[in-house]
Amino acid sequence: MKSLQELEQIKQKTLDSVSLRKDRAGGIRIVVGMGTCGIAAGARPVLMSFLEEVQKRNLRDVTITQTGCIGVCRLEPMVEVTRPGEEKVTYVKMTAEKAKRVISEHIVNGKIVNEYTIGAAE
Amino acid sequence: MEDISLHLLDLAQNSISAGASLVEIFIVEDTHKGQMIVTLRDNGHGMDESQVKRVTDPFFTTRNTRRVGLGIPLFQASAEATGGQMYIKSCMGRGTEIKAVFYTTHIDCLPLGRIDDTILSLILLNPEIDFVYSHKKQDKHFLLDTRQIREVLGQVSIENPSVIEWIRKYLSDGLEEINGGV
Repeated sequence: MKSLQELEQIKQKTLDSVSLRKDRAGGIRIVVGMGTCGIAAGARPVLMSFLEEVQKRNLRDVTITQTGCIGVCRLEPMVEVTRPGEEKVTYVKMTAEKAKRVISEHIVNGKIVNEYTIGAAE
Repeated sequence: MEDISLHLLDLAQNSISAGASLVEIFIVEDTHKGQMIVTLRDNGHGMDESQVKRVTDPFFTTRNTRRVGLGIPLFQASAEATGGQMYIKSCMGRGTEIKAVFYTTHIDCLPLGRIDDTILSLILLNPEIDFVYSHKKQDKHFLLDTRQIREVLGQVSIENPSVIEWIRKYLSDGLEEINGGV
């Protein structure tokens, strides 16, 4: 069983590391649609997959946030990715597997996964 | 919705929209009685009596963009499908409490599902909001309170990747423990 003492150690370690106060404002944003439609369509496993990949790859300049229903419920789960200085890319009908590919191709290598975008679906 | 934990993730969005700074989720499982009571309580801006009466209507929503709101009616339907019930109490300026009784032996009862993922999602996506997750099963009790976590963390952010990882493990260990160590 994890304990709060362990959390105390994490705190100490974090305080010791230099990267603590790194400004994340200029980083990459991943926005997951978490309206009723998004959640019912499977947004949570998509979110969990993004989180897992971000943690595993230690991507420190990536922020994961949420938005509500944006009105195209039939294409949920939807995810918007914004890289600094680039236009927002909207991915539709996402799955946990697709999220992994978006991380490795778009987030890490800057190459949009065209076949998952809203443009390809419409 | 495939399971109850997804309903809770959805209902919590209403609390967040209502400006809540604290969202509490209580689950009490009584396997002898075949009953699970799920409560979600927030300190958001609340609803007046006429709003409370209307929220179970799928064609009522607080949004201006569309005229349907399905979260609460779907949750109610899931509880009623098991012979259970849903109750809403709300007070303007104080908050809202939604409580549902599920009869778990009923064939139409949804599984609880990945409640740990629901709680982790809520904390990750809403780092400025405090969450309490209390889960009782027979004589076992698991409690996670982000106010407690923040107290330990001091100036370290709850969004810190190592902290999120700790919360994830804390949740899965805790659930394993109350579910009998699987």
